Amino acid sequence: MPERKTDRPAGARGPAEDGGFTPVEYDPQYILMVNQLKKYFPIKGGMVSKTVGQVKAVDGVTFNLKRGTTMGLVGESGCGKTTTGRAILRLSGEKTGGQVLFNGQEVYDLSPKQLRALRTKMQIIFQDPFSSLPPRLPVGEIIGEAVREHHLVPKEQFNDYVDQVMDNCGLQPFHKDRYPHEFSGGQRQRICIARALALNPEFVVCDEPVSALDVSIQAQIINLLKQLQEKYKLTYLFISHDLSVVEHISDSVGVMYLGNLVEYGSTQDIFRNPMHPYTKALFSAIPVPDPTVRMERIVLEGSIPSPANPPSGCKFHTRCPHCTQRCVEEEPIQREVEPGHYVVCHLYDP
Amino acid sequence: MAKKHAEGYLSAKEARRISRENRRITNAFEKRRKRRNVSEAEYLTRMRDSNNAVEFDNLHTYFFTDAGTVKSVDGVSFDIPIGKTVGVVGESGCGKSVTSLSLMQLLQRPQGQIVEGEIRLNLGNKAYDVVKVPNERMQGIRGNVVSMIFQEPMTSLNPVFRIGDQVDEVIALHDGEGKSRQDVKQRTIELLEMVGIANSEGVYRMYPHELSGGMRQRVVIAMALACNPRLIIADEPTTALDVTIQAQVLDLLRSLKNRINSSILFITHDLGVIAEIADYVVVMYAGRVVEKGTVEEIFANPSHPYTIGLMASKPVVGKKVDKLYSIPGKVPNPVNMPNYCYFKDRCERCVETCQGEYPPEARLSPTHTVSCYLYRDGKGESEDAGAEN
Repeated sequence: MPERKTDRPAGARGPAEDGGFTPVEYDPQYILMVNQLKKYFPIKGGMVSKTVGQVKAVDGVTFNLKRGTTMGLVGESGCGKTTTGRAILRLSGEKTGGQVLFNGQEVYDLSPKQLRALRTKMQIIFQDPFSSLPPRLPVGEIIGEAVREHHLVPKEQFNDYVDQVMDNCGLQPFHKDRYPHEFSGGQRQRICIARALALNPEFVVCDEPVSALDVSIQAQIINLLKQLQEKYKLTYLFISHDLSVVEHISDSVGVMYLGNLVEYGSTQDIFRNPMHPYTKALFSAIPVPDPTVRMERIVLEGSIPSPANPPSGCKFHTRCPHCTQRCVEEEPIQREVEPGHYVVCHLYDP
Repeated sequence: MAKKHAEGYLSAKEARRISRENRRITNAFEKRRKRRNVSEAEYLTRMRDSNNAVEFDNLHTYFFTDAGTVKSVDGVSFDIPIGKTVGVVGESGCGKSVTSLSLMQLLQRPQGQIVEGEIRLNLGNKAYDVVKVPNERMQGIRGNVVSMIFQEPMTSLNPVFRIGDQVDEVIALHDGEGKSRQDVKQRTIELLEMVGIANSEGVYRMYPHELSGGMRQRVVIAMALACNPRLIIADEPTTALDVTIQAQVLDLLRSLKNRINSSILFITHDLGVIAEIADYVVVMYAGRVVEKGTVEEIFANPSHPYTIGLMASKPVVGKKVDKLYSIPGKVPNPVNMPNYCYFKDRCERCVETCQGEYPPEARLSPTHTVSCYLYRDGKGESEDAGAEN
């Protein structure tokens, strides 16, 4: 379905159904510009698999990502973090609406051939190192397969190249002939990182890369990711539900709730001065490893509503302690409350 | 292939020999366990301190696998006082869960066996040594005296039965004498309300897939509380949950513990959660307790290098560090563990005496002990260690 482009003033948002949004102009300082990205999944039902509804997994996400920085994406499970990451890489079919500009190029407008070339520039590290590696391929092949497919290095240098990538990621090159089951969780995650970095990407989506790992291994992987970022000037989109990890690794943070980016800004702003009621509640729930500190908890009532049937107006109004009549009726828009600090909430309307 | 054999792979002959040997050992244990009509005197014991709900005393739980003996729990001793929460922290594979499964006698038998030690369980007027309690008596202890909340609320509920039926079953089985079906249902609804499920009548008729993760965990907690147990074992109850739901579940556990005055054995790898909920902390590494003390002592004055490393490797909100500390190396292979300090190879403060036997417990305060040669009884770090740093 072709996009309907409208001439609405910047920031204004049409009804969710018509996909209306204002296209953004490419700004060269940003490697990735995501504008009102929407991704709905159909719910099939009935005898002939009619579409009976839609799961609004990502419903209007807007952010820009500067070259060489890390953006953290946090939120509860089911809020659409992973779908956002995959939709940016065009890994889950066509988008429902919005724009994804990677280096100024609309990712969803590319032909299959162009997209294939772009795949070397954008990579993903998956969540679970135990299920994201093919069990029947030796490690050297896992890492090198894509390199060979894309003809990144001449044939005679191929082996040395794979060795070097493995070495960079803290793997022993002589482990090349081993199979994934022979490695521990931390090492498998290193293999996943090596596989992503072997293609010399500019942008890597890290989808909960440390969630499945032990605390001491987590630290190793986070340090490795940071070190590689400095070395290769990588840009990360770091998806995690562990807020302390996100604070450690990110330069900017986006907080998602039910398919919406409710708050977005620099890590310092977000953690020192959370503005959206959901962000406040989320941060107050972080357990502090200090028994003498008793946090004032903002306990959210109930649980996250179904994205197939989201609440009207502001999606957070069912659980928000500051809910007003306006929140129920009108959908808030993203506003820049401080320089570089965006909030989607009626409380901060001028 | 020859290279692989050199690196710890077993030949078929060797594997056969090990498995024969294992069968001999486990058969002996099983034979003892399967005796009928064991008199109560055999497993009656006395608590060292009657204020403790459970005392683990030098517990050894081994798994006799075909690759060799895995000493999952190797000499663990700690107490759970009545009405307190004891948190057990450690990385995966350090024996946290096996310790709790030993207490419940839910080990994977016949490979898994408690080979040594006592677990003394306080039953009020008497005490049992759980290790020796026969199966048919254990049935009355599980659920009634000790109950367990498992890690994954998704997998610990049966998907084909309604929530109400599953909770009813627990009550009918353990506490059902003289109760009609109506009474049992009444109690189930009461329990569901106690754990904060608003629509308890509705949830009673639902299937597990209709509930969210947090709600399912509440149902599992309700099941664990069904018979007012003296001890609740919570095995990573919040690991699979989001932070906001985790905060709700922790609050719930805290308030329920006070309400029915039971103790909690809380197993987790998250130090933040431990600080929130525990009164005492036990830090485990490779099947041994490396440090234990009150929660204030452990967090204000972590002493074992492993505890210190564990704390430093977790990023903390509000504390900016450039590079996270990561403990070098990895957990040693659990098969055929050496008899020196297991942490020696990863320890940055290793001293000469570390080459010797496994370090004894040094007492830093009446409640704070640490197994490390850097410390001696009553003193902080010993002199010679200070000089080396």
